[in-house]
Amino acid sequence: MSDRLAVRKTYKLYVNGAFPRSESGRTYEVADAKGHFLANAAWASRKDARDAVVAARGAFAKWSGMTAYNRGQVLYRVAEMMEGRHAEFCEEVAAGEGLSGSKARAAVDAAVDRWVWYAGWTDKLAAVLGGANPVAGPYFDFSMPEPTGVVAVLAPQRSSLLGLVSVLAPVLAAGNTAVVVTSKERPLPAVTLAEVLATSDVPGGVVNVLTGDAEELGTWLAEHADVDGIDLTGAPAGRAMEFEREAAGTVKRVLRPPATEPEWTDDPGLARMTPFIETKTVWHPIGV
Amino acid sequence: MTHVLDPGALSDDTRVLTAPTPPYDDVTRSDSAFRTFLHGLPGVDQVGAESRVAVLGTRSIKTTSKAWAIDTAISMVDLTTLEGADTPGKVRSLAAKARRPDPSDPACPHVAAVCVYGDLAGVAREALGDSGIHVAAVATAFPSGRASRAVKIADVEDAVANGADEIDMVIDRGAFLTGRYLDVYEEIVAVKEACGDAHLKVILETGELVTLDNVRRASWIAMLAGGDFIKTSTGKVNPAATLPVSLVMLEAVRDFRAATGRQVGFKPAGGIRTTKDAIKHLVLINETVGPDWLDPAWFRFGASSLLNDLLQQRQKLRTGHYSGPDYVSVD
Repeated sequence: MSDRLAVRKTYKLYVNGAFPRSESGRTYEVADAKGHFLANAAWASRKDARDAVVAARGAFAKWSGMTAYNRGQVLYRVAEMMEGRHAEFCEEVAAGEGLSGSKARAAVDAAVDRWVWYAGWTDKLAAVLGGANPVAGPYFDFSMPEPTGVVAVLAPQRSSLLGLVSVLAPVLAAGNTAVVVTSKERPLPAVTLAEVLATSDVPGGVVNVLTGDAEELGTWLAEHADVDGIDLTGAPAGRAMEFEREAAGTVKRVLRPPATEPEWTDDPGLARMTPFIETKTVWHPIGV
Repeated sequence: MTHVLDPGALSDDTRVLTAPTPPYDDVTRSDSAFRTFLHGLPGVDQVGAESRVAVLGTRSIKTTSKAWAIDTAISMVDLTTLEGADTPGKVRSLAAKARRPDPSDPACPHVAAVCVYGDLAGVAREALGDSGIHVAAVATAFPSGRASRAVKIADVEDAVANGADEIDMVIDRGAFLTGRYLDVYEEIVAVKEACGDAHLKVILETGELVTLDNVRRASWIAMLAGGDFIKTSTGKVNPAATLPVSLVMLEAVRDFRAATGRQVGFKPAGGIRTTKDAIKHLVLINETVGPDWLDPAWFRFGASSLLNDLLQQRQKLRTGHYSGPDYVSVD
């Protein structure tokens, strides 16, 4: 039997289409459900969050300006590439969440299916959420959904892939760009998803993945004047209200966290897309 | 050759040459004498310059020092618009921004000058009124400088007549690169004369000068010819104001004062977009030429987008949370 040395990985962040180390130089150890060492992850700092917001803002014009159909194609391609990494996802989910092989496989299957499901929604939102309004005057009156902008997502702490996909995909499907803070204890599926995104057709900066502590980064993202919305699903217990108060300083869209982390396998509906959509209404005179 | 500068004197600004003032009268007596003088300037160690600025770039400026640096940098900005699509309306809105960069905070200093094309100098002058903000106009067939001398002089006189009190001229890079240094010199002298009371900033366009040795030579030509400021670039050519180029020009300015007693200002322009870049330049000045130059009278930033980043950083320090582009004006 060979005594091959283990290759102990140190993962990095995913910001603006590149994989930088944390500006702070910090890393932390990620352990599996039984407490055994898995890998090192970058521990994002406030300045990494700042850089991620700049990247997300820079990418917004292009991503939101793509046709909804094209956005759907790009997102579907991500699901294809996730399927290609199926085994790796299964291994990471099983180790991180302490699931059996078959349960981990089911979770990864559900995550890929969820991504496909949201990819299909991009060009249907306008029909479902918008429309022509009857008005008492000689006008055509249309309402159409438009993306909110840069959305900070505090990903769920427990469900490391299905939960992550369930909060990230709706933000992207609506045309927003995202800064995601991963589960602190279980960040590895998010890192692999970042590698998937980097090799997919999603433009750099549309998704930025920060591994680290939602408690530390949440404040900076909630206060940040250039963040337009924040999803507090993964906020630490007791801090969500505080983050919401800080977010009110710049009138952000806030998606409040559920009391306990939900069963992500349930039908998601539109509830995670509508908070990060603005409705634009246009009046146009009838006639010549 | 009695006035060829001793290379030893350059690195030590406490030593002053004993030559009479002005000491370099006869270096410009002929093309060959001028070339001998300029090529006798000590060579620039490019690797050394790059490592020096790399070290200075790592200085961390925080809290109250950062607040001071940001306010100082704002007061040194030459707020610039040099587009073919410039209109009087755009210049007026730029002037309003120059007077009150951050309308939400009266404590925010105004910028040093507004920099426009010569035909719009009058609009800027009128809009700025008695605010104490200067009107800088680019002239001499900016940015290429490819016109006959008579046209360039007329360009300068027109800008001055329109109300510009600072003229940004470009040197003739074609003449410089073919070694006709005296032509470059004489043109600057002629433009300086045409400026009258207006301050003259001489743009070297370092992105086209190829080597740092050339940057040092061009700096000396501009200073000997009477330029009040030397300026890196037009902003139309890449690379523009890189830190090694700034270092070499600042050393030239320092050495020139040590040798002649006359202080010349320095203006990096082009490519400075972030507060971090601006603070690196302030550190570079302080460490190279000293605090005498940390004043809008002797140092300027030629920039347009830099001001917005400075304002966002200023708001961050004031409020404690990050600001965004929605909270500054769109230029």
